[in-house]
Amino acid sequence: MATLALKPQKLATAQPKKSRIVLLLLLPGLIYLGLFFITPFAALITTSLQQPVLGGGIGQYQPGLEFGNYAFVVGEYLEQIIRSFIYATVATLLALAFSYPIAYFIGVKARNYPILQGLMLTLVIAPFFISFLLRTFAWKEIFGQDSWVSNLLRDTGLMADNEFLLGTPLVVIFGLTYNFIPFMTLPLYTNLERLDTALLEAGSDLYAKPASTFWKVTFPLSIPGITSGTLLTFIPIAGDYVTASRSFLGSPNTAMLGNVIESNFLRIQDYPSAAALSVMLMAAIVVLVSIYIRRTGTEDLL
Amino acid sequence: MAAEFVARGADLELVGIRKEFPGFVAIEDLDLKIPAGEFFALLGPSGCGKTTTLRLVAGLDSPTKGKILIGNKDVTADKPHERPVNTVFQNYALFPHMSVVENVAFGLKQRKVSDPMPKAVDALKLVELEHLAQRRPQQLSGGQQQRVALARALVNRPSLLLLDEPLGALDLKLRRQMQVELKAIQMEVGLTFLHVTHDQEEAMDMADTVAVMNKGRIEQMGAPEALYERPKTIFVSKFLGQSNLFVGDVAESNADSVSINVAGNKITVPTKRAEKTTGKIVIGVRPEKATFHEDQAPEASSGLNVIGPGKIIDIRFTGVSNQYLIEVPQIGNITVFAQNVGKSPVTELGAKVWVSWKVEHSFGLSDLPVDNGEGK
Ligand SMILES: Nc1ncnc2c1ncn2[C@@H]1O[C@H](COP(=O)(O)OP(=O)(O)O)[C@@H](O)[C@H]1O
Ligand SMILES: [Mg+2]
Repeated sequence: MATLALKPQKLATAQPKKSRIVLLLLLPGLIYLGLFFITPFAALITTSLQQPVLGGGIGQYQPGLEFGNYAFVVGEYLEQIIRSFIYATVATLLALAFSYPIAYFIGVKARNYPILQGLMLTLVIAPFFISFLLRTFAWKEIFGQDSWVSNLLRDTGLMADNEFLLGTPLVVIFGLTYNFIPFMTLPLYTNLERLDTALLEAGSDLYAKPASTFWKVTFPLSIPGITSGTLLTFIPIAGDYVTASRSFLGSPNTAMLGNVIESNFLRIQDYPSAAALSVMLMAAIVVLVSIYIRRTGTEDLL
Repeated sequence: MAAEFVARGADLELVGIRKEFPGFVAIEDLDLKIPAGEFFALLGPSGCGKTTTLRLVAGLDSPTKGKILIGNKDVTADKPHERPVNTVFQNYALFPHMSVVENVAFGLKQRKVSDPMPKAVDALKLVELEHLAQRRPQQLSGGQQQRVALARALVNRPSLLLLDEPLGALDLKLRRQMQVELKAIQMEVGLTFLHVTHDQEEAMDMADTVAVMNKGRIEQMGAPEALYERPKTIFVSKFLGQSNLFVGDVAESNADSVSINVAGNKITVPTKRAEKTTGKIVIGVRPEKATFHEDQAPEASSGLNVIGPGKIIDIRFTGVSNQYLIEVPQIGNITVFAQNVGKSPVTELGAKVWVSWKVEHSFGLSDLPVDNGEGK
């Protein structure tokens, strides 16, 4: 009886103590979230609703609730918005197509050769040892007007004399794919590295040809890797403002959302438009990603 | 049900198979012929090359040397998916992203067999798992997963079914039940079963023919009773049941019997049951064939081997029988099983006893114990 009566009391005193410790442990995370996510996000939203100061100069805005800013940017920059998502989709698919065989080779075929595996993984990551800007700039040289690539294309008649490589969608998408491909290769590799090859043997034992074993076994089991890879590539590509910019591989005809946001913030100093575009980019990505994750059935990624 | 069992079993023949892994010979020189429709057990301790043999037959590995024939057709160069063979893998290898019934239907769908789903459900009924058809393999117990693996292989009616310790994860009761069922299925469908196990009782219980494998070689092959009654090597005599072995030089030898002298005791084996009749040989007897006598030695005759006196140093009650361990000076320990027929044993630890058995129960082996340095 006595113990029965004591038990609830004990629980009651233990409960608040426990939750205090949990709170304490969560605190750094909460502070981080508050400082680096919620604050800038709130600032971005308020900025996106600002209105010009009457009679003020360029870049002078006051707090407001100007929802028209959103309608304005959609009308003004629809082309770049659509282009961003098309480029990001194409570049992500290209990255997937190139990464899958590489990741499969490193994670499955080279499994018993750790040195080869390590070497190939290093090669995948090696470009990261050089600054992103420098690498993109190097491609600008390679695709430049007088580069050997351009000359070769002209000599073989694949490109007319008055045509350029730089500034074309082809080169921009190439640059995007190149810059973000490790973000696809690495998650795919981690997934395929864990693939149980006994399942492939079971597939072939059950009359499946190598191609059907791939589509029926390997591919479905690698979907979590494909999902995280595509998210890790698609999201930064959709917001990238370096590759497609005029200073690097792009031209006004290839401007993406990131470039528009950058020029609104830094050049035109139209802060509300820039902020509205940023919020929309975020919202669009959140919506697309959640639809995508629903469809691929990998909710546990979130 | 029977109408679906269209495929018939096929012969399996392994000719001079050798398999080397980098720096390791897993199978030295294997010749094997399994007639169609037979239940064949490959019995051996862990690591002796059983799984390797099955993988070679299934085509998952290729032999370094030798030929594999299924139904008289050379399949050595065929890919696994081209061979009329299915495997129940030791670790099941069920597809985790498919339901149980999809797993079972996989092979049928690959071969574009009509109505794969109903057939898969029938196969699940056979292993009593149709109520779990929609589950994922991860949601099943080890024993249930094994039965799914069995259904997934059986449903294809392969000419040759390879089973790699398929009952290993089951508890004793379910294992015995599945042994009976497997045997019944095999008889019903007439497929050739190549069953790998390290459980000698399982092999003897189920198989028409048992091959005992040791270190990548087949030591002896035959019907279970023949193997048990007439083991030919020390390994077989010890791996398949227990044996008391005696080593000695041949003292007498004629057309009927061979005798050795072991520390003053004469032990005789019928010549037709001896592998070797000259020099140093090993003669053995099964513990249940031997009996012991208190008080006085039984009369040694031409039909009886007698050893003793010795001392009982251990008595174990195992249910159906009592096991006595008898220490005989200069010879070593002898194990004797006595049926537990109700009379409580009057014999006590330390009692002085003689051991005897009929000469016709002796067996003579072909090899000698490897000298382990103790000089015995
Ligand atoms: N891929 C491999 N590489 C090297 N050695 C192997 C390989 N597969 C099996 N072996 C070795 O071959 C021997 C036989 O293995 P296995 O056929 O799996 O034995 P078991 O009879 O237990 O099924 C073991 O000693 C094992 O270590
Ligand atoms: Mg094995």
